[in-house]
Amino acid sequence: MSAKLPKLPIYLDHAATTACDPRVVEAMLPYFTEKFGNPGSRNHSFGWAAEEAVTKARHQVAELIGADPKEIIFTSGATESNNLAIKGAANMYAKKPAGQTQRGHIISVSHEHKAVLDPCKRLEKEGFEVTLIDPQSDGTVTREMIETVIRDDTILVTVMWANNEIGTFNEIPEIGALCHEKGIIFHTDATQWVGKMPTNVKEDNVDLLSLSGHKLYGPKGVGALYVRRRRPRVRLMALQEGGGQERGFRSGTLNVTGIVGLGKACELCAADMDSERQRLLNLRNKLEAAITNALDVVQINGHPDKRLAHLTNISFGFVEGESLMMALKEIAMSSGSACTSASLEPSYVLKALGIGDDLAHSSLRISMGRWTTEEEIDYAAEKIIEAVNKLRDLSPLYDMHNEGIDITKIEWAAH
Amino acid sequence: MAYSEKVIEHYEKPRNVGTFGTQKEIKEATNIGVGLVGAPECGDVMQLQIKVNDDTGLIEDAKFKCFGCGSAIASSSLATEWLKGKTLDEGMEIKNTEIVEELALPPVKIHCSVLAEDAIKSAIADYKQKNNKD
Repeated sequence: MSAKLPKLPIYLDHAATTACDPRVVEAMLPYFTEKFGNPGSRNHSFGWAAEEAVTKARHQVAELIGADPKEIIFTSGATESNNLAIKGAANMYAKKPAGQTQRGHIISVSHEHKAVLDPCKRLEKEGFEVTLIDPQSDGTVTREMIETVIRDDTILVTVMWANNEIGTFNEIPEIGALCHEKGIIFHTDATQWVGKMPTNVKEDNVDLLSLSGHKLYGPKGVGALYVRRRRPRVRLMALQEGGGQERGFRSGTLNVTGIVGLGKACELCAADMDSERQRLLNLRNKLEAAITNALDVVQINGHPDKRLAHLTNISFGFVEGESLMMALKEIAMSSGSACTSASLEPSYVLKALGIGDDLAHSSLRISMGRWTTEEEIDYAAEKIIEAVNKLRDLSPLYDMHNEGIDITKIEWAAH
Repeated sequence: MAYSEKVIEHYEKPRNVGTFGTQKEIKEATNIGVGLVGAPECGDVMQLQIKVNDDTGLIEDAKFKCFGCGSAIASSSLATEWLKGKTLDEGMEIKNTEIVEELALPPVKIHCSVLAEDAIKSAIADYKQKNNKD
Protein backbone atom coordinates (compact mmCIF):
# COMPACT_ATOMS: atom_id res chain seq x y z
CA MET A 1 0.00 0.00 0.00
CA SER A 2 1.45 3.33 -0.97
CA ALA A 3 -0.75 6.35 -0.56
CA LYS A 4 -0.32 9.42 -2.72
CA LEU A 5 1.42 12.03 -0.59
CA PRO A 6 -1.03 14.64 0.64
CA LYS A 7 0.02 18.11 1.79
CA LEU A 8 1.74 17.86 5.17
CA PRO A 9 1.19 18.26 8.05
CA ILE A 10 -2.24 16.66 8.17
CA TYR A 11 -4.75 17.88 10.74
CA LEU A 12 -6.72 15.07 12.37
CA ASP A 13 -7.54 16.72 15.67
CA HIS A 14 -10.91 18.31 14.97
CA ALA A 15 -12.24 17.33 18.37
CA ALA A 16 -9.66 19.72 19.87
CA THR A 17 -10.54 22.57 17.57
CA THR A 18 -11.52 23.24 13.99
CA ALA A 19 -10.39 25.87 11.52
CA CYS A 20 -12.83 28.68 11.01
CA ASP A 21 -14.75 28.18 7.79
CA PRO A 22 -13.79 31.01 5.38
CA ARG A 23 -17.52 31.77 4.95
CA VAL A 24 -17.69 32.31 8.71
CA VAL A 25 -14.75 34.70 8.64
CA GLU A 26 -16.32 36.59 5.77
CA ALA A 27 -19.56 37.01 7.71
CA MET A 28 -17.64 38.30 10.73
CA LEU A 29 -15.39 40.85 9.03
CA PRO A 30 -17.78 43.82 8.69
CA TYR A 31 -18.48 43.67 12.42
CA PHE A 32 -14.86 44.47 13.27
CA THR A 33 -14.79 47.69 11.27
CA GLU A 34 -17.75 49.49 9.74
CA LYS A 35 -20.44 47.71 11.80
CA PHE A 36 -18.62 47.89 15.11
CA GLY A 37 -21.51 49.13 17.26
CA ASN A 38 -22.49 47.93 20.69
CA PRO A 39 -25.80 46.07 20.57
CA GLY A 40 -26.59 47.72 23.89
CA SER A 41 -26.63 51.14 22.23
CA ARG A 42 -30.35 51.50 21.69
CA ASN A 43 -30.42 55.04 20.34
CA HIS A 44 -28.39 54.99 17.14
CA SER A 45 -27.95 53.03 13.96
CA PHE A 46 -24.56 51.58 14.92
CA GLY A 47 -26.13 49.84 17.89
CA TRP A 48 -29.14 48.74 15.86
CA ALA A 49 -26.94 47.15 13.19
CA ALA A 50 -25.05 45.20 15.83
CA GLU A 51 -28.23 44.15 17.59
CA GLU A 52 -29.72 42.96 14.31
CA ALA A 53 -26.63 40.82 13.69
CA VAL A 54 -26.83 39.31 17.16
CA THR A 55 -30.53 38.58 16.71
CA LYS A 56 -29.84 36.82 13.44
CA ALA A 57 -27.11 34.72 15.05
CA ARG A 58 -29.42 33.85 17.94
CA HIS A 59 -31.91 32.48 15.40
CA GLN A 60 -29.19 30.52 13.60
CA VAL A 61 -27.98 28.89 16.82
CA ALA A 62 -31.53 28.20 18.03
CA GLU A 63 -32.43 26.66 14.68
CA LEU A 64 -29.55 24.17 14.88
CA ILE A 65 -30.69 22.79 18.24
CA GLY A 66 -34.47 23.20 17.98
CA ALA A 67 -34.67 25.97 20.56
CA ASP A 68 -36.47 29.29 20.74
CA PRO A 69 -34.03 32.18 20.04
CA LYS A 70 -34.94 33.67 23.44
CA GLU A 71 -33.47 30.57 25.05
CA ILE A 72 -29.93 31.17 23.75
CA ILE A 73 -27.39 32.87 26.03
CA PHE A 74 -24.11 33.80 24.36
CA THR A 75 -20.97 33.05 26.37
CA SER A 76 -17.23 32.89 25.82
CA GLY A 77 -17.31 29.16 25.10
CA ALA A 78 -18.38 25.81 26.44
CA THR A 79 -16.30 26.09 29.61
CA GLU A 80 -18.18 29.22 30.61
CA SER A 81 -21.49 27.68 29.54
CA ASN A 82 -20.81 24.63 31.71
CA ASN A 83 -19.83 26.75 34.69
CA LEU A 84 -22.88 28.97 34.33
CA ALA A 85 -25.23 26.02 33.92
CA ILE A 86 -23.86 23.90 36.75
CA LYS A 87 -23.00 26.53 39.36
CA GLY A 88 -25.91 28.73 38.30
CA ALA A 89 -28.48 25.95 38.61
CA ALA A 90 -27.03 24.48 41.81
CA ASN A 91 -27.05 27.81 43.57
CA MET A 92 -30.54 28.68 42.31
CA TYR A 93 -32.09 25.35 43.30
CA ALA A 94 -30.06 24.82 46.48
CA LYS A 95 -31.99 23.31 49.35
CA LYS A 96 -30.12 25.38 51.89
CA PRO A 97 -28.34 28.74 51.79
CA ALA A 98 -24.61 29.21 51.24
CA GLY A 99 -22.43 28.30 54.19
CA GLN A 100 -24.45 25.23 55.11
CA THR A 101 -24.06 21.55 54.22
CA GLN A 102 -26.55 19.20 52.49
CA ARG A 103 -27.47 21.93 50.04
CA GLY A 104 -28.49 19.42 47.37
CA HIS A 105 -27.35 16.41 45.37
CA ILE A 106 -25.77 16.57 41.92
CA ILE A 107 -25.14 13.64 39.56
CA SER A 108 -22.47 13.52 36.88
CA VAL A 109 -20.13 11.05 35.21
CA SER A 110 -16.42 10.38 35.74
CA HIS A 111 -15.53 10.72 32.05
CA GLU A 112 -16.95 14.23 31.68
CA HIS A 113 -14.74 17.08 30.54
CA LYS A 114 -12.82 18.92 33.27
CA ALA A 115 -15.04 21.94 32.61
CA VAL A 116 -17.87 19.91 34.13
CA LEU A 117 -15.95 17.94 36.76
CA ASP A 118 -14.19 20.93 38.26
CA PRO A 119 -17.34 23.04 38.76
CA CYS A 120 -18.88 19.97 40.42
CA LYS A 121 -15.84 19.69 42.70
CA ARG A 122 -16.18 23.36 43.56
CA LEU A 123 -19.83 22.86 44.49
CA GLU A 124 -18.89 19.90 46.64
CA LYS A 125 -16.65 22.24 48.67
CA GLU A 126 -19.58 24.65 48.95
CA GLY A 127 -21.93 22.22 50.63
CA PHE A 128 -23.44 20.23 47.76
CA GLU A 129 -23.08 16.48 47.43
CA VAL A 130 -21.86 15.07 44.12
CA THR A 131 -22.19 11.51 42.83
CA LEU A 132 -19.95 10.65 39.88
CA ILE A 133 -20.93 7.43 38.19
CA ASP A 134 -18.60 5.48 35.90
CA PRO A 135 -19.71 4.93 32.30
CA GLN A 136 -20.14 1.37 31.06
CA SER A 137 -17.06 -0.21 29.52
CA ASP A 138 -18.37 0.79 26.07
CA GLY A 139 -18.29 4.42 27.23
CA THR A 140 -22.05 4.97 27.32
CA VAL A 141 -24.30 6.22 30.10
CA THR A 142 -27.91 5.02 30.24
CA ARG A 143 -31.09 6.28 31.85
CA GLU A 144 -31.07 3.27 34.15
CA MET A 145 -27.61 4.13 35.47
CA ILE A 146 -28.79 7.60 36.43
CA GLU A 147 -32.06 6.29 37.87
CA THR A 148 -30.27 4.10 40.40
CA VAL A 149 -28.37 7.04 41.93
CA ILE A 150 -31.16 9.65 41.98
CA ARG A 151 -32.13 10.69 45.51
CA ASP A 152 -34.93 12.77 46.98
CA ASP A 153 -32.58 15.72 47.26
CA THR A 154 -31.11 15.47 43.72
CA ILE A 155 -31.36 18.92 42.14
CA LEU A 156 -29.18 18.63 39.04
CA VAL A 157 -28.00 15.95 36.61
CA THR A 158 -25.23 16.80 34.14
CA VAL A 159 -24.26 14.24 31.50
CA MET A 160 -22.31 15.03 28.35
CA TRP A 161 -23.99 14.24 25.06
CA ALA A 162 -20.91 12.83 23.31
CA ASN A 163 -17.56 12.18 24.92
CA ASN A 164 -14.63 14.23 23.66
CA GLU A 165 -12.04 11.45 23.76
CA ILE A 166 -13.93 8.43 22.45
CA GLY A 167 -16.95 10.02 20.77
CA THR A 168 -19.52 7.69 22.35
CA PHE A 169 -22.89 9.21 23.06
CA ASN A 170 -25.24 8.79 25.95
CA GLU A 171 -29.00 8.28 26.33
CA ILE A 172 -29.65 11.99 26.57
CA PRO A 173 -33.36 12.07 25.59
CA GLU A 174 -34.07 9.19 28.00
CA ILE A 175 -32.08 10.74 30.86
CA GLY A 176 -33.81 14.06 30.19
CA ALA A 177 -37.23 12.40 30.36
CA LEU A 178 -36.28 10.81 33.66
CA CYS A 179 -35.18 14.16 35.08
CA HIS A 180 -38.43 15.78 33.97
CA GLU A 181 -40.45 13.03 35.65
CA LYS A 182 -38.56 13.67 38.87
CA GLY A 183 -38.47 17.47 38.63
CA ILE A 184 -34.68 17.59 38.37
CA ILE A 185 -32.80 20.11 36.20
CA PHE A 186 -30.89 18.41 33.38
CA HIS A 187 -27.77 19.85 31.77
CA THR A 188 -25.76 18.38 28.92
CA ASP A 189 -22.35 19.44 27.67
CA ALA A 190 -22.99 19.00 23.95
CA THR A 191 -19.74 20.56 22.74
CA GLN A 192 -18.77 17.56 20.60
CA TRP A 193 -22.30 16.70 19.53
CA VAL A 194 -23.91 19.87 18.28
CA GLY A 195 -23.39 20.59 14.61
CA LYS A 196 -22.59 16.96 13.89
CA MET A 197 -25.78 15.23 14.99
CA PRO A 198 -29.43 16.28 14.75
CA THR A 199 -30.44 18.00 17.96
CA ASN A 200 -33.81 19.08 19.27
CA VAL A 201 -33.65 20.28 22.85
CA LYS A 202 -37.43 20.21 23.19
CA GLU A 203 -37.93 16.62 22.04
CA ASP A 204 -34.69 15.52 23.68
CA ASN A 205 -35.81 16.81 27.10
CA VAL A 206 -32.76 18.98 27.71
CA ASP A 207 -33.01 21.94 30.12
CA LEU A 208 -29.52 23.36 29.74
CA LEU A 209 -27.13 22.70 26.86
CA SER A 210 -23.57 23.94 26.36
CA LEU A 211 -22.03 24.42 22.94
CA SER A 212 -18.86 25.94 21.57
CA GLY A 213 -18.06 27.88 18.40
CA HIS A 214 -14.61 26.54 17.64
CA LYS A 215 -15.67 22.88 17.54
CA LEU A 216 -18.03 23.54 14.65
CA TYR A 217 -15.91 25.67 12.29
CA GLY A 218 -16.69 28.90 14.11
CA PRO A 219 -14.28 31.16 15.99
CA LYS A 220 -12.70 30.50 19.37
CA GLY A 221 -13.86 32.53 22.35
CA VAL A 222 -17.57 32.22 21.72
CA GLY A 223 -20.17 29.67 22.72
CA ALA A 224 -23.70 29.47 23.94
CA LEU A 225 -25.85 28.07 26.69
CA TYR A 226 -29.38 27.00 25.94
CA VAL A 227 -31.63 27.73 28.90
CA ARG A 228 -35.14 26.25 28.69
CA ARG A 229 -37.94 28.77 29.18
CA ARG A 230 -40.98 26.50 29.28
CA ARG A 231 -41.78 23.31 31.15
CA PRO A 232 -39.76 23.87 33.18
CA ARG A 233 -38.69 27.48 33.10
CA VAL A 234 -35.09 27.15 34.22
CA ARG A 235 -33.62 29.84 36.41
CA LEU A 236 -29.92 30.36 37.06
CA MET A 237 -27.86 32.39 39.45
CA ALA A 238 -25.62 34.54 37.24
CA LEU A 239 -21.86 34.17 37.72
CA GLN A 240 -20.97 37.47 36.15
CA GLU A 241 -22.78 40.63 37.08
CA GLY A 242 -22.92 44.02 35.45
CA GLY A 243 -24.96 45.49 32.63
CA GLY A 244 -27.57 42.74 32.67
CA GLN A 245 -27.04 41.56 29.10
CA GLU A 246 -28.40 38.18 27.99
CA ARG A 247 -31.49 38.43 30.21
CA GLY A 248 -29.24 39.03 33.18
CA PHE A 249 -27.70 35.56 32.89
CA ARG A 250 -24.45 36.89 31.49
CA SER A 251 -23.49 40.51 31.83
CA GLY A 252 -20.84 41.99 29.57
CA THR A 253 -20.84 43.67 26.17
CA LEU A 254 -21.62 41.06 23.59
CA ASN A 255 -18.80 39.63 21.47
CA VAL A 256 -20.60 40.63 18.29
CA THR A 257 -18.00 39.38 15.80
CA GLY A 258 -17.74 36.05 17.59
CA ILE A 259 -21.50 35.72 17.87
CA VAL A 260 -21.97 36.47 14.16
CA GLY A 261 -19.35 33.81 13.41
CA LEU A 262 -21.00 31.26 15.69
CA GLY A 263 -24.35 31.92 14.04
CA LYS A 264 -22.96 31.48 10.54
CA ALA A 265 -21.08 28.34 11.61
CA CYS A 266 -24.31 26.84 12.97
CA GLU A 267 -26.14 27.62 9.75
CA LEU A 268 -23.41 25.92 7.70
CA CYS A 269 -23.41 22.81 9.90
CA ALA A 270 -27.18 22.49 9.57
CA ALA A 271 -27.01 22.79 5.79
CA ASP A 272 -25.12 19.58 5.05
CA MET A 273 -25.11 17.70 8.34
CA ASP A 274 -26.36 14.35 7.06
CA SER A 275 -24.20 14.10 3.94
CA GLU A 276 -21.12 15.28 5.84
CA ARG A 277 -21.69 12.72 8.58
CA GLN A 278 -21.99 9.94 6.02
CA ARG A 279 -18.83 11.07 4.24
CA LEU A 280 -16.85 11.10 7.50
CA LEU A 281 -18.27 7.76 8.57
CA ASN A 282 -17.04 6.19 5.33
CA LEU A 283 -13.58 7.64 5.94
CA ARG A 284 -13.54 6.43 9.53
CA ASN A 285 -14.61 2.93 8.52
CA LYS A 286 -11.81 2.85 5.96
CA LEU A 287 -9.23 4.01 8.50
CA GLU A 288 -10.31 1.55 11.18
CA ALA A 289 -10.42 -1.33 8.72
CA ALA A 290 -6.92 -0.58 7.42
CA ILE A 291 -5.47 -0.46 10.94
CA THR A 292 -7.25 -3.48 12.39
CA ASN A 293 -6.43 -5.58 9.30
CA ALA A 294 -2.73 -4.76 9.49
CA LEU A 295 -2.06 -4.93 13.24
CA ASP A 296 -2.81 -7.35 16.08
CA VAL A 297 -3.66 -6.33 19.67
CA VAL A 298 -5.50 -3.19 18.60
CA GLN A 299 -8.64 -2.02 20.34
CA ILE A 300 -11.16 0.51 19.10
CA ASN A 301 -12.46 2.17 22.24
CA GLY A 302 -16.08 2.97 22.94
CA HIS A 303 -19.38 1.68 21.66
CA PRO A 304 -19.17 0.24 18.13
CA ASP A 305 -22.15 2.24 16.80
CA LYS A 306 -23.19 4.80 19.38
CA ARG A 307 -20.35 7.16 18.63
CA LEU A 308 -19.61 10.21 16.53
CA ALA A 309 -18.83 9.50 12.89
CA HIS A 310 -15.78 11.72 12.63
CA LEU A 311 -13.86 10.41 15.63
CA THR A 312 -12.08 7.22 16.56
CA ASN A 313 -9.99 6.34 19.58
CA ILE A 314 -7.66 3.40 19.11
CA SER A 315 -5.41 1.68 21.63
CA PHE A 316 -2.29 -0.09 20.44
CA GLY A 317 -0.96 -2.77 22.74
CA PHE A 318 2.76 -2.75 23.68
CA VAL A 319 3.38 0.73 22.27
CA GLU A 320 3.65 3.92 24.29
CA GLY A 321 1.51 6.86 23.17
CA GLU A 322 4.02 9.67 23.29
CA SER A 323 6.64 7.83 21.26
CA LEU A 324 3.90 6.94 18.79
CA MET A 325 3.04 10.62 18.40
CA MET A 326 6.71 11.36 17.92
CA ALA A 327 6.85 8.95 15.00
CA LEU A 328 3.78 10.61 13.52
CA LYS A 329 4.79 14.23 13.80
CA GLU A 330 3.46 15.02 10.34
CA ILE A 331 -0.02 14.06 11.49
CA ALA A 332 -1.68 16.20 14.16
CA MET A 333 -3.62 13.91 16.47
CA SER A 334 -4.20 13.65 20.14
CA SER A 335 -3.06 11.06 22.63
CA GLY A 336 -5.60 11.68 25.32
CA SER A 337 -7.33 15.04 25.33
CA ALA A 338 -5.39 18.15 24.28
CA CYS A 339 -6.13 19.80 27.61
CA THR A 340 -4.22 17.10 29.46
CA SER A 341 -1.60 15.91 26.99
CA ALA A 342 1.08 17.98 28.76
CA SER A 343 0.79 15.63 31.71
CA LEU A 344 2.27 12.15 31.78
CA GLU A 345 -0.84 10.55 33.21
CA PRO A 346 -2.78 8.12 31.07
CA SER A 347 -6.22 9.26 30.01
CA TYR A 348 -8.71 9.40 32.90
CA VAL A 349 -11.47 8.91 30.36
CA LEU A 350 -10.05 5.58 29.21
CA LYS A 351 -9.38 4.60 32.81
CA ALA A 352 -13.03 5.31 33.59
CA LEU A 353 -13.92 2.71 30.95
CA GLY A 354 -11.81 0.19 32.80
CA ILE A 355 -9.12 0.10 30.12
CA GLY A 356 -5.80 -0.97 31.66
CA ASP A 357 -3.12 1.65 32.15
CA ASP A 358 -0.93 -0.09 29.60
CA LEU A 359 -3.51 0.34 26.84
CA ALA A 360 -4.62 3.77 28.06
CA HIS A 361 -0.99 4.88 27.65
CA SER A 362 -1.03 3.92 23.99
CA SER A 363 -4.11 5.48 22.54
CA LEU A 364 -4.62 7.84 19.66
CA ARG A 365 -7.66 10.00 19.19
CA ILE A 366 -8.12 10.68 15.49
CA SER A 367 -10.83 13.20 14.65
CA MET A 368 -11.64 14.21 11.09
CA GLY A 369 -13.36 17.28 9.78
CA ARG A 370 -14.87 19.24 6.92
CA TRP A 371 -11.68 19.31 4.85
CA THR A 372 -10.32 15.84 5.60
CA THR A 373 -9.71 13.91 2.38
CA GLU A 374 -9.53 10.22 1.58
CA GLU A 375 -5.93 10.75 0.53
CA GLU A 376 -5.10 12.04 4.00
CA ILE A 377 -6.79 9.10 5.68
CA ASP A 378 -4.93 6.59 3.48
CA TYR A 379 -1.66 8.30 4.31
CA ALA A 380 -2.43 8.43 8.03
CA ALA A 381 -3.35 4.73 8.13
CA GLU A 382 -0.12 3.78 6.35
CA LYS A 383 2.02 5.91 8.67
CA ILE A 384 0.30 4.71 11.86
CA ILE A 385 0.79 1.07 10.89
CA GLU A 386 4.44 1.73 10.04
CA ALA A 387 5.06 3.54 13.34
CA VAL A 388 3.36 0.90 15.49
CA ASN A 389 5.41 -1.83 13.79
CA LYS A 390 8.62 0.13 14.30
CA LEU A 391 7.90 0.68 18.01
CA ARG A 392 6.86 -2.92 18.50
CA ASP A 393 10.24 -3.96 17.13
CA LEU A 394 11.63 -1.93 20.02
CA SER A 395 9.14 -3.09 22.62
CA PRO A 396 10.17 -5.72 25.19
CA LEU A 397 6.48 -6.16 25.96
CA TYR A 398 5.66 -7.20 22.41
CA ASP A 399 8.44 -9.81 22.53
CA MET A 400 7.00 -11.17 25.74
CA HIS A 401 3.53 -11.24 24.23
CA ASN A 402 4.86 -13.20 21.25
CA GLU A 403 6.62 -15.63 23.56
CA GLY A 404 3.31 -16.24 25.32
CA ILE A 405 4.23 -14.40 28.51
CA ASP A 406 1.29 -12.64 30.18
CA ILE A 407 2.65 -9.20 31.05
CA THR A 408 -0.12 -8.59 33.57
CA LYS A 409 1.28 -11.49 35.61
CA ILE A 410 4.77 -10.01 35.92
CA GLU A 411 5.53 -8.23 39.17
CA TRP A 412 6.52 -4.84 37.89
CA ALA A 413 8.34 -2.49 40.21
CA ALA A 414 6.24 0.65 39.93
CA HIS A 415 8.35 3.80 39.93
CA MET B 1 6.87 18.85 23.67
CA ALA B 2 10.12 19.76 22.00
CA TYR B 3 12.81 17.11 22.05
CA SER B 4 16.51 17.79 21.78
CA GLU B 5 18.29 16.87 18.58
CA LYS B 6 20.15 14.06 20.35
CA VAL B 7 16.93 12.50 21.63
CA ILE B 8 15.44 12.63 18.15
CA GLU B 9 18.60 11.16 16.67
CA HIS B 10 18.60 8.19 19.09
CA TYR B 11 14.85 7.76 18.66
CA GLU B 12 15.10 7.64 14.90
CA LYS B 13 18.23 5.51 14.80
CA PRO B 14 18.30 3.60 18.07
CA ARG B 15 21.60 1.79 18.73
CA ASN B 16 21.85 -1.85 19.75
CA VAL B 17 18.20 -2.74 19.62
CA GLY B 18 17.46 -6.36 20.32
CA THR B 19 17.91 -9.27 22.63
CA PHE B 20 20.43 -12.10 23.00
CA GLY B 21 17.62 -14.66 22.90
CA THR B 22 14.18 -15.49 24.16
CA GLN B 23 13.30 -14.64 27.78
CA LYS B 24 14.03 -18.26 28.68
CA GLU B 25 17.38 -18.36 26.86
CA ILE B 26 18.70 -15.13 28.36
CA LYS B 27 17.64 -16.20 31.82
CA GLU B 28 19.76 -19.35 31.46
CA ALA B 29 22.85 -17.83 29.80
CA THR B 30 25.45 -17.17 32.51
CA ASN B 31 27.43 -14.64 30.47
CA ILE B 32 24.38 -12.40 30.09
CA GLY B 33 22.95 -10.00 32.63
CA VAL B 34 19.41 -8.72 32.21
CA GLY B 35 17.81 -5.66 33.71
CA LEU B 36 14.06 -5.29 33.30
CA VAL B 37 12.80 -2.14 34.98
CA GLY B 38 9.74 0.10 34.92
CA ALA B 39 6.12 -0.91 34.60
CA PRO B 40 3.64 -0.85 31.74
CA GLU B 41 1.15 1.19 33.74
CA CYS B 42 3.76 3.90 34.29
CA GLY B 43 4.36 4.06 30.55
CA ASP B 44 7.99 2.92 30.61
CA VAL B 45 9.59 -0.51 30.54
CA MET B 46 13.27 -0.94 29.74
CA GLN B 47 15.01 -4.20 29.10
CA LEU B 48 18.77 -3.91 29.06
CA GLN B 49 21.05 -6.88 28.41
CA ILE B 50 24.82 -7.04 28.77
CA LYS B 51 27.07 -9.78 27.44
CA VAL B 52 30.19 -10.12 29.57
CA ASN B 53 33.47 -11.70 28.47
CA ASP B 54 34.33 -14.07 31.31
CA ASP B 55 38.08 -13.80 30.63
CA THR B 56 38.48 -10.06 30.42
CA GLY B 57 35.51 -9.07 32.62
CA LEU B 58 34.56 -6.51 30.01
CA ILE B 59 31.04 -5.83 28.76
CA GLU B 60 31.59 -6.81 25.15
CA ASP B 61 28.06 -6.24 23.90
CA ALA B 62 24.83 -4.68 25.09
CA LYS B 63 21.29 -4.65 23.74
CA PHE B 64 18.07 -2.98 24.71
CA LYS B 65 14.39 -2.92 24.09
CA CYS B 66 12.19 -0.19 25.40
CA PHE B 67 8.49 0.56 25.76
CA GLY B 68 8.31 4.23 26.54
CA CYS B 69 8.49 7.78 25.30
CA GLY B 70 11.19 9.13 22.99
CA SER B 71 13.37 10.14 25.93
CA ALA B 72 13.16 6.68 27.45
CA ILE B 73 14.13 5.10 24.14
CA ALA B 74 17.04 7.54 23.76
CA SER B 75 18.21 7.00 27.36
CA SER B 76 18.34 3.24 26.97
CA SER B 77 19.93 3.46 23.54
CA LEU B 78 22.62 5.73 24.96
CA ALA B 79 23.15 3.40 27.92
CA THR B 80 24.00 0.49 25.60
CA GLU B 81 26.50 2.67 23.74
CA TRP B 82 28.23 3.69 26.94
CA LEU B 83 28.29 0.20 28.44
CA LYS B 84 30.14 -1.49 25.60
CA GLY B 85 33.81 -1.98 26.41
CA LYS B 86 33.43 -1.03 30.08
CA THR B 87 34.16 -3.19 33.11
CA LEU B 88 31.29 -3.98 35.46
CA ASP B 89 32.65 -1.48 37.98
CA GLU B 90 32.87 1.23 35.35
CA GLY B 91 29.32 0.40 34.29
CA MET B 92 28.12 0.85 37.86
CA GLU B 93 29.51 4.36 37.80
CA ILE B 94 27.26 5.63 35.00
CA LYS B 95 25.00 8.25 36.57
CA ASN B 96 21.59 9.35 35.42
CA THR B 97 22.77 12.97 35.54
CA GLU B 98 25.28 12.19 32.80
CA ILE B 99 22.46 10.85 30.63
CA VAL B 100 20.39 13.96 31.35
CA GLU B 101 23.30 16.14 30.30
CA GLU B 102 24.18 14.19 27.17
CA LEU B 103 20.58 14.09 25.89
CA ALA B 104 19.57 17.53 27.24
CA LEU B 105 16.50 16.01 28.89
CA PRO B 106 13.94 18.47 30.29
CA PRO B 107 12.93 18.14 33.98
CA VAL B 108 9.75 16.15 33.21
CA LYS B 109 11.89 13.51 31.50
CA ILE B 110 14.51 13.02 34.20
CA HIS B 111 12.73 9.85 35.32
CA CYS B 112 13.74 8.28 31.98
CA SER B 113 17.40 8.72 32.85
CA VAL B 114 16.81 7.34 36.34
CA LEU B 115 15.18 4.32 34.80
CA ALA B 116 18.16 3.81 32.47
CA GLU B 117 20.55 3.94 35.44
CA ASP B 118 18.35 1.42 37.26
CA ALA B 119 18.39 -0.83 34.19
CA ILE B 120 22.20 -0.72 34.04
CA LYS B 121 22.56 -1.52 37.74
CA SER B 122 19.97 -4.23 37.54
CA ALA B 123 21.62 -5.90 34.51
CA ILE B 124 25.02 -5.86 36.21
CA ALA B 125 23.52 -7.22 39.44
CA ASP B 126 21.83 -10.01 37.49
CA TYR B 127 25.12 -11.00 35.87
CA LYS B 128 26.91 -10.98 39.23
CA GLN B 129 24.20 -13.02 40.86
CA LYS B 130 24.28 -15.62 38.09
CA ASN B 131 28.04 -15.91 38.53
CA ASN B 132 28.09 -15.71 42.33
CA LYS B 133 30.22 -12.60 42.33
CA ASP B 134 30.30 -10.32 45.38
